[in-house]
Amino acid sequence: MEAEAPANRPGPLEPGQVVDGFVLEERTHQGGMAQLWRVSKVGSDDPLPLVMKVPRIKGGDDPATIVGFEVEQMIMPALNGVHVPRFIAGGDFTRQPYIVMERIEGESLTPRFEAAPIPIDEVVEIGAKVATALHDLHRQHVVHLDVKPSNIMFRPLIGVDGKAAGGGAVLVDFGLSRHDHLPDLLGEEFVLPMGTGPYMSPEQVQFVRNDPRSDLFALGVMLYHLVTGQRPFGAPTSVRGLRQRLYRDPLPPRTLRPDCPAWLQELILRCLEVQHERRHQSAAQLAFDFQHPNQVVLTERAQRATRSGSLQVMRRWFSAMGTEPAAGASASGQTTRSPILMAAVDVSGADARLLDAVSSTVQRLLHTEPGARLACVAVMKTNRVGMDELLDGDGSSKHVNLLVQLKRWARPVLQAAGTATAAASDEQAGRVTFHVLEAPDVPGALLDYARKNHVDHIVMGARSSGGLRRYLGSVSAKVAAEADCSVTVVRTPALAPERER
Amino acid sequence: MKLALVTDLHANREAVSAVMAHAQAQGAQRYAFLGDYVGYGADPAWVVDLVRGHVAHGAIAVRGNHDEAVVIGPRPTMVPDACQVVEWTREHLNAEQLDFLAACPMSATNGDCLFVHANAYAPAEWDYIQGRTEAIRSLHATDRRFTFCGHVHDPALFHLTATGKAGNFTPTPGVPIPLSPQRRWLAIPGSTGQPRDGNPAACYAMFDTASATLTFHRVAYDVDAAAAKVRAAGLPEALARRLIHGG
Repeated sequence: MEAEAPANRPGPLEPGQVVDGFVLEERTHQGGMAQLWRVSKVGSDDPLPLVMKVPRIKGGDDPATIVGFEVEQMIMPALNGVHVPRFIAGGDFTRQPYIVMERIEGESLTPRFEAAPIPIDEVVEIGAKVATALHDLHRQHVVHLDVKPSNIMFRPLIGVDGKAAGGGAVLVDFGLSRHDHLPDLLGEEFVLPMGTGPYMSPEQVQFVRNDPRSDLFALGVMLYHLVTGQRPFGAPTSVRGLRQRLYRDPLPPRTLRPDCPAWLQELILRCLEVQHERRHQSAAQLAFDFQHPNQVVLTERAQRATRSGSLQVMRRWFSAMGTEPAAGASASGQTTRSPILMAAVDVSGADARLLDAVSSTVQRLLHTEPGARLACVAVMKTNRVGMDELLDGDGSSKHVNLLVQLKRWARPVLQAAGTATAAASDEQAGRVTFHVLEAPDVPGALLDYARKNHVDHIVMGARSSGGLRRYLGSVSAKVAAEADCSVTVVRTPALAPERER
Repeated sequence: MKLALVTDLHANREAVSAVMAHAQAQGAQRYAFLGDYVGYGADPAWVVDLVRGHVAHGAIAVRGNHDEAVVIGPRPTMVPDACQVVEWTREHLNAEQLDFLAACPMSATNGDCLFVHANAYAPAEWDYIQGRTEAIRSLHATDRRFTFCGHVHDPALFHLTATGKAGNFTPTPGVPIPLSPQRRWLAIPGSTGQPRDGNPAACYAMFDTASATLTFHRVAYDVDAAAAKVRAAGLPEALARRLIHGG
């Protein structure tokens, strides 16, 4: 048995050494800021693979590393879920500084960057996965602020234990992150903007550290690079170089990669907007667009073929000189203000009064939530086995029919969405989307859709007539019972019973 | 060990009862009272007896400026409303209660912690920690890593690195904050008996000494009852309104 490291010896670590009950097995990474060791817990039979991160202190006084490590030790224990490594233990600078966490078996995104440009389908998949992970982080009150290839890992599809591991994105390294409800230990520490040069958002360059949309900008930089093989803003190291992104726009990706779809250029350039209010307002809304590319509203961005002319750049340069980005955002606040609503509408089955009632409930919600997006969903019930008749008696597609009815139902909702926001910009035009699902199990399909699309609130009608409900079972009851989000069940008031004669 | 930090109780029985019940439910094992047991509120004797009872069982209690004023008379700088209450309070305390207030120390220490009502650099001058400047001054005046003080009624948390960089933070109630060992900390739990930040709910904080995590809490209590007592006692109307509005 190895001897425990002396308490006051943060010296070089050796394989076989035991630190606070963790056996160092192999050094797997030696970076400028930290080294990583594969470790195991003495006497534990938990199969969770572990890694120990040990900061590399350069000289006696190295505030960047020390404070970054302090921040990570403070934030990691507060995080949960599959999109972050699970925190196990930490040791501080008075003895041996370290963090022990779950070791993610998959690879980081770095090798794919070395291979860029990569296939478009893969870029889209990466975009959707990273946006989903970011949404999960933002909902936990944290802005990452150092989103870059080496800080993104992917779980394997099948884990070491043989179980499905999901293949989702995992965010690592919270040394520059900001938690809404914990002190910002970095805020006062440094006089230079904090982040990694190529990926830093314009507001980060201007010292804003609480806006989750900064992470969407960094994701846009990564996607641009994966599509084109180039960095949109180079790799500046000076503050002056960093500030260029406040006024100099990148070459549109399609000029470098003609097979990049217009909708993908639209999303990437929207991520790279200088003004955070022109980007997607939440990571979930961006993930939604990656999952429904045919519903992305194409604006001038999608067709853009050149960078802005020198006159416009000059104008932006002047206005960037004096501007201070608006503060007051917070990770969870911004995300809460930008929810995804889902209207589950039984356009072919429900009666007109109920459809109207669902419509007016949705209109009221859109009115009170100007940052919300709405997905209108109808389900086309298919048979569990065998072939379905996809054409109705007149030979037209049932699917298309349902979509037409859904859009007709939504017309007053669209008008309400338009009036709620006076100047209907291109982004607002994409505020409402339409989806017809085909599934044998209606509540199952609705629940699955809500989960995959990070829906925050489902609105749906309930059949009021007892007989039908008894016979068919209640879709809304099952959705309300099993959904991960809020569910509003709309009913029409029962009519007064007829007087007995 | 879970240490409940309760300060600026200000003779508010309803607020103190609610806070003590909350702290107990949270598993408080020890109590530190950071001064100002009296002044403003209508139940000075009850509050002083409660603190005395806890001190008899090992709690820490330091002296506040209102406690001192009741014992030796108000300072010329004290606001008129407070002076009026000082006179009234003295008439409503017995000799033992006054002796208890007179015997409270200016500050106390325990392990890594310093407990003091106003600040560490001149506790008897009653300077307020109004911002980073005073917080840094106070943190430099003690060798303890954690300073807990009151006097200022709004909850706040200050921190100072070895390199002299300071930061301040307005805490979110109910969120545990790990106090990193790489820096020194000054925490103001906020007033139990007379909150002034626009939220009438009583303040206190819980410090877990084993994990060095600090959680600020807000506890709703029957403000209308406390305000009615202030009015019934003939104390200034502004003091009753302040309880209802939290400021």
